[in-house]
Amino acid sequence: MEIKRRDFLKTVAGGAALALAQPAMALAREKARLPDAVGILYDATLCIGCKACMVGCRKANNLPAEMTGSQNLWDNPMDLSAKTFNIIKKYKNGTGEFKDREINGFSFIKRHCMHCVDAACVSACPASAMTKDAKTGIVSYNKDACIGCRYCQVACSFNIPKFEWDNPFPKITKCQLCDHLLAKGQLPGCCNACPTGASLFGPVAALLEDAKRRQKMQPGKYYDFPVASTTSGRTQYQPAARYVPRIYGESEVGGTQVLMLAGVPFSQLGLPVLPSGSYVAMAENIQHTLYKGMILPIVAFGGLAFLVKRSGKNKE
Amino acid sequence: MKEERPLGGRLFTPTFLFCLLFFIIALFLLAKRFMYGLGAVTNMSDGYPWGLWIAFDVVVGTAFGCGGYAMALLIYVFNKGEYHPLIRPALMTSLFGYSLAGLAVFIDVGRYWQMYNIFLPWYANPNSVLLEVALCIGAYVAVLWIEFTPAFLQKMGADSAKKSLEKIMFIFIALGILLPTMHQSSLGTMMVVAGSKLSPLWWTPWLPLLFLISCIFMGFAIVIFEASATSSRYKIADESHMLSKLSGIFPWMIGIYLVIRFADVAIRGHLGLAFKGDLMGNMFLLENLLLLVPMCILFMPANRNNARILFFSAISIILAGTLYRFNCYLIGFNPGGGWTYFPAAGEILITVGIVSIEIMAFLWFIKRLPIYHRA
Repeated sequence: MEIKRRDFLKTVAGGAALALAQPAMALAREKARLPDAVGILYDATLCIGCKACMVGCRKANNLPAEMTGSQNLWDNPMDLSAKTFNIIKKYKNGTGEFKDREINGFSFIKRHCMHCVDAACVSACPASAMTKDAKTGIVSYNKDACIGCRYCQVACSFNIPKFEWDNPFPKITKCQLCDHLLAKGQLPGCCNACPTGASLFGPVAALLEDAKRRQKMQPGKYYDFPVASTTSGRTQYQPAARYVPRIYGESEVGGTQVLMLAGVPFSQLGLPVLPSGSYVAMAENIQHTLYKGMILPIVAFGGLAFLVKRSGKNKE
Repeated sequence: MKEERPLGGRLFTPTFLFCLLFFIIALFLLAKRFMYGLGAVTNMSDGYPWGLWIAFDVVVGTAFGCGGYAMALLIYVFNKGEYHPLIRPALMTSLFGYSLAGLAVFIDVGRYWQMYNIFLPWYANPNSVLLEVALCIGAYVAVLWIEFTPAFLQKMGADSAKKSLEKIMFIFIALGILLPTMHQSSLGTMMVVAGSKLSPLWWTPWLPLLFLISCIFMGFAIVIFEASATSSRYKIADESHMLSKLSGIFPWMIGIYLVIRFADVAIRGHLGLAFKGDLMGNMFLLENLLLLVPMCILFMPANRNNARILFFSAISIILAGTLYRFNCYLIGFNPGGGWTYFPAAGEILITVGIVSIEIMAFLWFIKRLPIYHRA
């Protein structure tokens, strides 16, 4: 059977157009939360800025102090880095006298890996060095797989993976939710160290439920807030603050296993404003539409080989 | 039929020695990079983990290397055999562009000693756009060297080997069309996952299509640029009529590209960003103006027959494609948090060194190997 060049080109062009139109239309490849996922609920209104969590993180992960400035006397990292997986930052506005208020107020904010439901770094990594645990959903890094391309850094909406720029044999580093301690039945360093329950470890389902409970609280009224973990049995009795009506991480880029509550809008606290769909879904949609089972490329190759061979014959 | 022949002449010209000097400077800086880490010679950071090397050496460099792809597409898929004399020089540029992009990746990658991990099935991640790009570019470099082997065999006088290779060459030519279609579009898909970190002037699910079209018109522009530049310097058969005819492709191809480009930004409701007068807006306008002007100029056949106009139009199109890629990977990329990036001297000099290798190899190839049809 003779395939006409024109027909072949039409088919290819039609197929390509269809394939390319698809990602624009079908954006929803929603990844569901894992039923046994664990995470952290950070409640900025409970945070007193003591930075015990930062010390706890350093101890748990054997990280050196990061000294900045001219005196080199104490640990004071300016941001997350290859040596700092967890940091407390401060927001201040105007006179800065009222806690958890946007105007003339202040708030703390904790930053570390969000352990995304549909993690961009996991999808981006060509060597599977970033993996998401099938049970806990913890996103962790394997240096033996990593080639150091840093696509995970480009892909991450939260700029979490860090690279050892001054090391000739560099690694990527990030918070791994202290999975090495969880394996021993212990709590993540930051949650274990937090005296107020601002960093609370637990199953994401329970954390989400507690976050929703807190959103409904009456500001000024006294409530129990769990400390360290949802199952520790320890609580702190204190008045509820006025929360902004949003649980950060509930839906951002498809949801994250680290959830946050605050009294100041999250965009003011330096967190990116993100859509509810994941960019990963979009990229993988494009890729999987074009390369599913390598069918489209193989068909295209067959057609091309045929065209090239025939054009060679014409020349002779 | 006319055969390709070496151009001959002295190899160690001032140009060649100048390039050699830059190559040696780059070698010193590379030693520093491998001894003290990427931070020692680059301005890359956790906010801008990709800098000049990825944006220019890889993303732009491979687009410069699309001359062979664009010509093969025209000759074999659209059956325009008359352009055949342009293919070998075009393939040579592709060979250099892609091989050196591979070298740049090796320099850029942090854990280069285990780069082979991406070829191991238990490490390779089929969801990764970068894996597809890496495997595809790797395969294409191999295909390019095979496609170029007849030129070496011709020089060595191994006629029978050349003949038997040419019998199965159609497989590699077909691969040579398929692979760039795949990885050039994927170079666009790569930035889809960057999401909100890339300005809406460039971020779109259509990135793969825009990257594909732009690499093809860049490929044609490179062929025209290179043929014009070499024919004025060396005694090469006059190809100007062929170039004029070839340039007839530009107005409609760029036209289609610009319609998609503007419609996409407008439909997503971000066209206003283009006129804000800030760096990103201006870069968007400049990038598209560099296409719009040659498109209008080359619309008139008389202009296509003017070698000078054609040469400068080709340069404008190359610059436009280059700027588009820079915008997508660096200028339009804003990770937030106050991060900024401008390439360090060390980064620039290593890139210059890599381009120097390319020029030296180019000179050696055209003088010693049968590439061009001599006058």
